[in-house]
Amino acid sequence: MITSDTLVFTIILGMAAVTYLPRLLPVWALSSRELPPVVIRWLSYVPAAILSALLAPALLVQDGNIALNMNNLPLLAAVPTFLVAWRTESFFGTVAVGMACVAAGRYFGF
Amino acid sequence: MEQVITETQRRTSASGIWEGVRQALPIVMGYLPVGFAYGVLARKVGISEWNTVLMSVLVYAGSAQFIAVSLLAAAASPVSIVLTTFVVNLRHLLMSAALAPYLRNWTRLQQALFTFELTDESFALHARRFPEGRTGAAETYALNATAQLSWVAGSALGIFGSNLIGDVKPLGLDYALSAMFIALLVGQVRTNMHVVVAVLSAVMSVTFMLAGAGQWNVILATICGATAGTVLSFRNASDQSTPSADRSRS
Repeated sequence: MITSDTLVFTIILGMAAVTYLPRLLPVWALSSRELPPVVIRWLSYVPAAILSALLAPALLVQDGNIALNMNNLPLLAAVPTFLVAWRTESFFGTVAVGMACVAAGRYFGF
Repeated sequence: MEQVITETQRRTSASGIWEGVRQALPIVMGYLPVGFAYGVLARKVGISEWNTVLMSVLVYAGSAQFIAVSLLAAAASPVSIVLTTFVVNLRHLLMSAALAPYLRNWTRLQQALFTFELTDESFALHARRFPEGRTGAAETYALNATAQLSWVAGSALGIFGSNLIGDVKPLGLDYALSAMFIALLVGQVRTNMHVVVAVLSAVMSVTFMLAGAGQWNVILATICGATAGTVLSFRNASDQSTPSADRSRS
């Protein structure tokens, strides 16, 4: 086994603290201020930018290299998943199709 | 939900709570399988049942939890695990800043309760609903609580599932997070400039990662992408000497 349960719990408390503060402090610091329009505009692009930045490496990078090939199952599965998300805007459908594609791909030996 | 809601502060009734629960359902569909996968992996690595659940309750951050589990399995030092968590979750700084203008009328305690449950997924929903005037506290808390409840429930189910399931990969469970990001990203893309920002951020994120930026790639790519979008949108607006249309919609 790894480490003592008490130590793992202490680590969890540390993780909780460093996760919570970046979530809390900007709201506390900025919510009562009038932000300049350019900052508002910048912040309005943050959602699309963050989600794309989180997603891209999972789809495009395998073993530390760019994998733009037919053996990259996450990338192949992303094509139908994107189509479902775009056409149906169904969250559940999108997640289900994504998982089903990957499961099917692995079943057939990808 | 077609009617325009103007009296957002009045929506603290039961209907507001149910409305919040309803809006969280898409996240629930994503969190249950991913939380399940986390629970299975945590148990496989030897984390106790209680700690597995407590991490989902107290930390509540999907990717950081997966990384922490793998670091614990590799017997990494406690300090390095906490530091890695900090860097991985630093992106919430930007999300919190982006939502701050909408929480002006909330008390500090209300804001503290809200931000405790700020995740990539709940942020994506709030970033759409707040600009539409849907900032009612009851509705917002109900959405967040439903989402976290499903994450904790998924983790707990994973604890039981760890005895039954050898590997989550044949089920495609490990892909649930990516699929959820795809759905959220498509929901955020309202204008052509959003497409530009998303593509630029994707390229930057992969570039920074391959250049050895470690876990910083997401934050750096987001800053680059949002900045490029801002510069380009203001330039477009001055070129055509008309205000760009995306402002009010994003």
